[in-house]
Amino acid sequence: MLVLEKRPTPSKGWAWGTPFLAVALTMIAGGAMFALLGKDPVEAIRTIFWDPLFNAQFASYSRPQLLVKAAPLILIAIGLSLGFRAGIWNIGAEGQYIMGAVFGAAAGLALYPAETRWIFPLMIVAGAFGGFLWAMIPAILKTKFRTNEILVSLLLVYVAENILASMALGALRNPEGGGFPGSRNLSQWPAAANKELIAGTGLHWGVVAAVIAVIAAYVLLQRHILGFQIKLSGQAPRAARFAGVKPETLVVLCMGLSGALAGLAGVFEVAGPAGQISIDFNQGYGFTAIIVAFLGRLHPVGILLAGLLMALTYIGGELAQFMLGLPSAAIQAFQGMLLFFLLAVDVLSNYRIRLASFGREAR
Amino acid sequence: MEIFGINIAVLIASLMVASVPIMLAAIGELVVEKAGVLNLGVEGMMIMGAICGFITAVHTGSPMVGFLGGAAGAMALSLVFILLTQVFLANQVATGLALTLFGLGLSSLLGQGYNGIKPPRLGDVPFGPLENIPFFGRVLFTHDIMVYASIAIVAAVWAVLKYSRAGLILRAVGESHDAAHALGYKVVRIRILAILFGAAMAGLGGAYVSLVRVPQWTDGITAGAGWIALAIVVFASWKPWRVLIGAYLFGGITVLQLNLQAAGARIPVEYLSMSPYLITILVLVIMSSGRGRASLNAPAALGQNFHASR
Amino acid sequence: MKRRHLLASAALGLGLTIAGGAFAAGMDHVKACFVYVGPIGDGGWTFQHDQGRLAVEKEFGDKVETAYQENVPEGADAERVLTQMALSGCNIIFTTSFGYMDATNAVAAKFPDVKFEHATGFKRDSANVSTYNARFYEGRAVEGLLAGRMTKTNKIGYIGSFPIPEVVMGINSYYLNAKKVNPAVELSVVWAFTWFDPAKEADAAKALIDQGVDVIASHTDSTAVLAEAAKTEGKVIGFGQASDMAEYKDGPRISSIIDNWGPYYVKRVGALLDGSYEQADAWEGIAGGEVLIGDITDAVPAEVKAEAEGLRDAIAAGTYHPFTGPIKKQDGSDWLAEGQTAPDGDLLGMSFYVEGITGEIPK
Repeated sequence: MLVLEKRPTPSKGWAWGTPFLAVALTMIAGGAMFALLGKDPVEAIRTIFWDPLFNAQFASYSRPQLLVKAAPLILIAIGLSLGFRAGIWNIGAEGQYIMGAVFGAAAGLALYPAETRWIFPLMIVAGAFGGFLWAMIPAILKTKFRTNEILVSLLLVYVAENILASMALGALRNPEGGGFPGSRNLSQWPAAANKELIAGTGLHWGVVAAVIAVIAAYVLLQRHILGFQIKLSGQAPRAARFAGVKPETLVVLCMGLSGALAGLAGVFEVAGPAGQISIDFNQGYGFTAIIVAFLGRLHPVGILLAGLLMALTYIGGELAQFMLGLPSAAIQAFQGMLLFFLLAVDVLSNYRIRLASFGREAR
Repeated sequence: MEIFGINIAVLIASLMVASVPIMLAAIGELVVEKAGVLNLGVEGMMIMGAICGFITAVHTGSPMVGFLGGAAGAMALSLVFILLTQVFLANQVATGLALTLFGLGLSSLLGQGYNGIKPPRLGDVPFGPLENIPFFGRVLFTHDIMVYASIAIVAAVWAVLKYSRAGLILRAVGESHDAAHALGYKVVRIRILAILFGAAMAGLGGAYVSLVRVPQWTDGITAGAGWIALAIVVFASWKPWRVLIGAYLFGGITVLQLNLQAAGARIPVEYLSMSPYLITILVLVIMSSGRGRASLNAPAALGQNFHASR
Repeated sequence: MKRRHLLASAALGLGLTIAGGAFAAGMDHVKACFVYVGPIGDGGWTFQHDQGRLAVEKEFGDKVETAYQENVPEGADAERVLTQMALSGCNIIFTTSFGYMDATNAVAAKFPDVKFEHATGFKRDSANVSTYNARFYEGRAVEGLLAGRMTKTNKIGYIGSFPIPEVVMGINSYYLNAKKVNPAVELSVVWAFTWFDPAKEADAAKALIDQGVDVIASHTDSTAVLAEAAKTEGKVIGFGQASDMAEYKDGPRISSIIDNWGPYYVKRVGALLDGSYEQADAWEGIAGGEVLIGDITDAVPAEVKAEAEGLRDAIAAGTYHPFTGPIKKQDGSDWLAEGQTAPDGDLLGMSFYVEGITGEIPK
């Protein structure tokens, strides 16, 4: 009988090894699925994992796109990871992302068609504030009334989606858009556009912000007293209290920070790659970022890599659909498998697997 | 009885039907959460239930067998969740989200070739003359069997949780798995059973969508009902009868706003459609501020994995 | 290469005239690519576009190669998918949702040698972008006539998705032509605020049925409305929307509006093959074969069927326009004078109900 035995500290070796194991397992299981669908499994796997990076025809375009796709995921996941480490569960980043985009776009559009260079910075501030504000609702309810933040933040996603729809149809609708829902295109308005900083690299301000967030989170967790408090609260809440950590302050800080980062991701997206507020502007980045945060084991560098991996499966998946005629559902299922395997093999870094005799069954 | 030109009996009868899928999924998730497990994969399990139920019903010609197929399909999917969270101790939030992603993809693959087919129809339960009772006849006696079954399931969950030993153990596991373990209860086994029950209910709810509410299969047919079910569990503050109220409220507001529109009333649709969520948050706040009693109602070990360290 | 660049930018500079001039000579082989907003299994909008793609394959055989990608979100993802298609050697790309408008134009500007065809939009920023749409309101007129003749309660219903001109146009056409044959008719409109949510669409249909409506037309994507009407066992009838929905012929479906994109796709790909391709702004209707009126079933009395077919043929022949004055707006102000027909510009920006419809268009 196999039993799991908790390691005193997570295994370093497995921590690095498991993602590769998971990807390998996914290739086998996914390949089997593609074969069942009547496609060449080797070709499908190659198209997903190899072509976006190295295909002569696409790679020069797809590689930068990895950054574009990964940036919002990383930015949001970094914010979430801080709260998750402290045992504060903000799972409503999707709503904060939407509100960031709405606030940012509204701040910009209010000044349309002015041409000053202050508009974009103003939008960034407004976007971060929008996300922050949306995250403050569960934070304050939690600190004042002890309301569960998982649930309030999740519920607020639906409210934000409704606000987004009414904005796209009402207040922010493009008056020159022929009555169709959707705002003016911000990426085509130089003063508000989140432009590609170096042509052909995909690098935009959101990518810069994501990289800064990764570094800042790393420094915070390694060097700063707040990082210590966050880790301590997550691992030993009572000890944290004795060490002088105020749980209320920590909730407000972690929620506020993750909200602001999600809001930033929203405003960079609406002013750049997406270009406009539309009814279904949000593509689930806020939820995918939760997965990214866990895949990265709540570690800033891990999140960076996990975000890039997720982006790779999106872009490679698109290529596979279009080049090989795979249904998009197969790609969804494939991504699901990858996540399952990544989560499953994680057990190896935290636990040792031992053979045990039947008499001493653990449970 | 009419208000704003809407026949109240008809409205109530409609919302009872509209609420069945979310009520079933929510009562299942309630049991899962009571056992201390947070499974965010309800939407994925519902849509698996929808397609598996549909396929089974089409091939057997029996809607009732279809419901069993739906429950079985969702339970099969939940085995992945069980393996990951109960055996491999993976994070429940992330696993649940991945489950939804996987379920949406898999259901669409399974459903290829089932578009445009009509499933066998589930008729109403014949109550004979009872249907002609003014008002109550229309409200209570014009439904299919699943409407009554879903209410019966809510009642059964309530009774089991409140009065039975099994319910007590389930709650103990959800409150403190370490204490329950120390008392000799098999925490993981109990949680696995709870997750399977939750999946079966989500599957029934999904199958109700594809077999009764919208008797057809199209990709993405559940369209977010699983997420609403999650919200209802919270709204209900983990109390079974409040799941029923919550489901009727959520289902009811959609039906009400559509009826008001059809009757020509002038209403701001987008604000009305976000109102159930706002009401839920308000309810949450009121309950959790009220001397802290109800906030304790959330299972203390919710979302935490259990590993027996002996 | 250079020359064509020049041509494209010149056209841009001149504020773009539609006849951009024929492009190059013919081609031996064309790769035609399609971007879909939903899954091809949606049984409606995307399904019909895919039927169009299959028609192209059937028509040209070895001379064409087609590829498609389904479930492409509008916004940033669309731009990437389009770029990857262009890079992979697509000669002509059909983008089949309004929300792809900005992405289509942005990518088209970068690939002047690739032709882009955007459905339902109005922006043609460079010479290689064409737009196409279908005059669905012509089909709505036929539906309206059938509704006016067939209703027993004199209450007819319409389920709208979002209050955009396309939908408002359909509602007005449906109502006017129902009223013409049955002055007692009343119209109830329900906005579902979704393109696709089968359960909600069914609820909307049920709400109308509960209000005594016995003929329902819908402008959402699924067959749920007919499925709901089928439950009344013949008391309520409706129409197939986007696709024929023939599976409900023995039930509530008495006719349908079929989006028939095949002829247009065949024409455009054919033009590319034989060298006659020109930039276009196509808005064809029944006459061009893009809007088909599906088989009118035996549930409709023969004389009504003949009347409806007569209306269809009159529209096709150009002897009847569904919007022929005198027509007043809902607020009582004049819109079209006696005998005047609606200019296309008015229709494309339509944001008002005609006189007689109660209720308001949500803002």
